[in-house]
Amino acid sequence: MNDDKKQELITVYVDDREVRVPPGTNMIEAAAKAGIEVPHYCYHPKLSVAGNCRMCMVELGMPEKDRATGKPVLDNEGNQKVMWIPKPAIACATKAMPGIRIKTKSDLARSCQEGVMEFLLVNHPLDCPICDQAGECRLQEFATDYGRGYSRFVEEKNVKPKRTLLGPRVMLDDERCILCSRCVRFCQEIADDDVLGFVDRGSYTTLTCYPGKQLENNYSLNTVDICPVGALTSTDFRFKMRPWFLRETHSICTESSVGVNTVVSSREGKIHRITPRRNDEVNDTWMADSGRELYKQVEAKHRLLKAVVDSFETDNVGGAIREAADLLKGERKIAFVGSGRSSVEEQFLFKKLADQAGARLTALVGRVAEGDGLLISADRNPNVRGALVTGLINELPEAELSDLEDAIDKEEIDTVVAYNEDLSAAGISEQQLAKVTIIYVGTHFNETSARARVVLPASTVFEKNGSFINQQYRLQKFLQAVPGRAEGQDDRRILAGMLAEFGVLVSPEIDDVWAEMSETIETFRDIGFMKIPSTGLLLDPPSHLRDLRYPEGGSLHYEPAKEEASVT
Amino acid sequence: MEDVMNLKKETLQKIDEVIPRYPEKRSAVLPLLHLVQEDQGFVSRDATEWIAEKLGLKPINVWELVRFYPMLRDKPVGKKVVRVCRTLSCALQGSYKTCKTLRDAFDCKLDGNSPDGAVTVEFAECLASCHTAPVVMVDDDLHEHVDEEKAKKIAGEILNGQPKQGGSA
Repeated sequence: MNDDKKQELITVYVDDREVRVPPGTNMIEAAAKAGIEVPHYCYHPKLSVAGNCRMCMVELGMPEKDRATGKPVLDNEGNQKVMWIPKPAIACATKAMPGIRIKTKSDLARSCQEGVMEFLLVNHPLDCPICDQAGECRLQEFATDYGRGYSRFVEEKNVKPKRTLLGPRVMLDDERCILCSRCVRFCQEIADDDVLGFVDRGSYTTLTCYPGKQLENNYSLNTVDICPVGALTSTDFRFKMRPWFLRETHSICTESSVGVNTVVSSREGKIHRITPRRNDEVNDTWMADSGRELYKQVEAKHRLLKAVVDSFETDNVGGAIREAADLLKGERKIAFVGSGRSSVEEQFLFKKLADQAGARLTALVGRVAEGDGLLISADRNPNVRGALVTGLINELPEAELSDLEDAIDKEEIDTVVAYNEDLSAAGISEQQLAKVTIIYVGTHFNETSARARVVLPASTVFEKNGSFINQQYRLQKFLQAVPGRAEGQDDRRILAGMLAEFGVLVSPEIDDVWAEMSETIETFRDIGFMKIPSTGLLLDPPSHLRDLRYPEGGSLHYEPAKEEASVT
Repeated sequence: MEDVMNLKKETLQKIDEVIPRYPEKRSAVLPLLHLVQEDQGFVSRDATEWIAEKLGLKPINVWELVRFYPMLRDKPVGKKVVRVCRTLSCALQGSYKTCKTLRDAFDCKLDGNSPDGAVTVEFAECLASCHTAPVVMVDDDLHEHVDEEKAKKIAGEILNGQPKQGGSA
């Protein structure tokens, strides 16, 4: 129903360029579609329109119509006459109507932009050399585009608080604030934690948190992202790195099955921050604060960097892989415990290895907690659906591996391959662990790695390529941001190396793994790693997977399937 | 909702009367602020939160108003509030001197209270009596042509507890 309406496009003109947009489109977006940037501060595509910065003022014209007949009025050459409105209008509060025209570069528009810019700079401190926003600051950018280059302001600038801690993660510099109210609207409309507001008036207007409260919700750092200037900065990133030095890599957040699209910023192999990447189907432009912390796991103290065989660290990872494979050969009763945090490719190879080794039991460790209804879902594994599609598991995972416990107690299992999962955290007792030989592949030390015969160091999500399938069954890829810290091995190589010991030769290259997956797994037919678009690819899972009772509740851009709907 | 401010019965009654007059509850926020300030002398943090809860708002929404409008106070004031106009006409006619005289008389800082908390002296923007500048308002009473001498006289009257004419109790 709505789709039909969407198809009806109307023609609008931006600087005489013709654009076809759906009716009601914001004129800033319409101009963007025409490849023209209307400068703006307060407008944000995912927030309500405030219209207070006045930076997007343009000249506005409507097609002239005969008042009596309603017919378009034409000039001598037969072209539509345009009535230009003498006063400028803000583009952000102007909606596309048939034939509407805006001029963004006319003398009037230009003088508006320059005037607004000059007023914004009146009280703005010349902080750029010490400001974290420098390099990604809209004020800086538009000052070069629309500023006069020198200041006519001879009076003293306002003095306001420079270092207000709004919350545990957000620092406010009130002098830099241009009062766009994006952060205020974000807290009201998205985070539902209305604590920010403006007090006092005129040029003394000051952004503040309600006295006695803090900006401490788990989405507070989004205010830093959307702040067009350096007023709000992240306490974690503040003064650490210049943005222009940062290399940006597209990644996916592993916090939950939402699969938030992210940008990982790194320099010389060190990650400095994680910020959200816009995906209108998944996370809009937002991300939880907790997900931004995850890069710290790369350099965590308990990171596994070397292979361990019989409690001795070794540089010979190849040898350790051989040792591990040897433990799986012969008359062994093996269980494979995979992870919902592994990529689709790893789960596929892990399943292949489990088949080769004749695993009696394969399991996945479930992680279900309460979702926040926004961007953290109940399933805290980013890729349970990947394990389902690759056939590593056939049912939704449990938090406790009770089947494995029983099997160990009954001595039906004597060897366990644990892939990045701590068995003791999954309910396997110390006595039970003592009864089995453990091979551990993982990124960090834990109880299980401490008891393993062979430990193989793996890569974190930031150190490899791969893909996850999120709660919408959207296949999303992440790319390697930094070189792997663990001894020269990445997960696919470890798995391919073990498979080679069983005489199965597979290429660990991601394209080759995908070539095999697209051949053998129906859901992945015709898909290759390079073919996954940056906004993800919606998969069509087989019906028995669609009918599973997934733990996720509703969240941004996700509604769980209804009971009845899943039957039909 | 606990009333930690011990609002007078009449105030509470007026508040309940005024809210239904608006199509949306939140529109009653300014009348409520005035009523509370009349009752309490100022709008405390507790009052801000109380009003917010009463009208289904968040405290920050009410706090923004309290801080925006100069006639709403967020700090306690003295029993007498002396407001000296400092807009152009009055400023040219010497209202800064008038203000200094009054402050000295009550021994209080600008926008501050006298040590006994009885009197507050503050600057105000235009009191709309430019032709009789400089002007001073003591609570609701306008005093015109207030030069230093007259300022001393007004201060004396206040200090001697002269009954005040008109205004709210």
